[in-house]
Amino acid sequence: MHEWALAESVICTISDEIVKNKLNRISRVIVKIGELQQIDLDIFRFALDTVLASYEPTVEKGSIILETELSTLKCNVCENEWAFGENIKNMPGDEVEAIHFIPEIAHTYMRCPACGSPDFKIKKGRGVWIESIEGEI
Amino acid sequence: MIDPRLHIIGKRLENIKKIIAVSGGKGGIGKSTVASVLALCMAKNGYRTGLLDLDLSGPSTHIILGIEGVYPEEDKGLIPPEIDGIKYMSIIYFAGNNPSPLRGRDISNIIIELLTITIWGQLDVLILDMPPGISDSILDVIRLIKKMEFLVVTIPSKVAIGVMTKELKILTELSIPVMGVLENMRKKESPLLSDMIDDLSIPILGAIDLDRAIEGATGNVDKLTETAFFKQLNDIFFKKQ
Repeated sequence: MHEWALAESVICTISDEIVKNKLNRISRVIVKIGELQQIDLDIFRFALDTVLASYEPTVEKGSIILETELSTLKCNVCENEWAFGENIKNMPGDEVEAIHFIPEIAHTYMRCPACGSPDFKIKKGRGVWIESIEGEI
Repeated sequence: MIDPRLHIIGKRLENIKKIIAVSGGKGGIGKSTVASVLALCMAKNGYRTGLLDLDLSGPSTHIILGIEGVYPEEDKGLIPPEIDGIKYMSIIYFAGNNPSPLRGRDISNIIIELLTITIWGQLDVLILDMPPGISDSILDVIRLIKKMEFLVVTIPSKVAIGVMTKELKILTELSIPVMGVLENMRKKESPLLSDMIDDLSIPILGAIDLDRAIEGATGNVDKLTETAFFKQLNDIFFKKQ
């Protein structure tokens, strides 16, 4: 249920944006979920809806749209690019779970498939972020 | 694009009365030992205490306190395990004893993630063990944690004090509270530290003598609390009050 903490951060952000921009109604929020963090979408959705009901009961559940994004990792040494999905099948479960909690732990357990370097960039699909919040004043 | 984690960190820390970042410009001056033993002092004096190891590339507080075989509990976030009265959080739960080669952006993301998902609950004091230098980690905690003060550690060496002075100057420039400077590994009375930081108006909290017993006590909390190091640090923080 670590997803709960991240869901709470999303709702907290919506709440802050309502106050900051004096919004009366939220019409659409797009939340991106990066592949690397391996968020359980069912748990995340349940947590979002539950926290939303206590924080911002005026915001409708259906206004939050979840979109997943595949990861792109890029080696700083040889510039090779690859996706987390290509690594995961060969990794022990505890290492995969550690990356779920802290995506940058990928640098501990993963290496560039081309040159073996741990020096790579998480270019896309890291974790949870809000792409946009639309509302009416 | 909004990073939602930045909006919850204040809430995560709102029930912590005092946050102390233990830092110092140079490596090898005993910051982690001070942070660990200070956490022990706080806990032994009845304070609800947390310790967060933010030396992400070289975490060591778990070695000093002999913490192993524990893991945070998952419940709407991660609840740090409590060991010897200290709620303890570190990257070692995830990285184990493996090296974590991290660039600045990764360090920032890990600090933000840890502050987002860690559920500390009610604490009297949270101690942060900072890495050496005034780069990403220090800039991030200054950016992310509003109610925090620095405890700056040095040793009686011109080089260490010289580097520490730079940290004191930037903290002063940014109006970040500094509770004071702690002199570690003192071999004899010397005016060196007071002379070198005299113009900064930052208090010297006290000195801890070089304690060769600390190495033998590392990893054993009972032995640590018997060291002169523990007693002197405890006196500095609790005898004066």
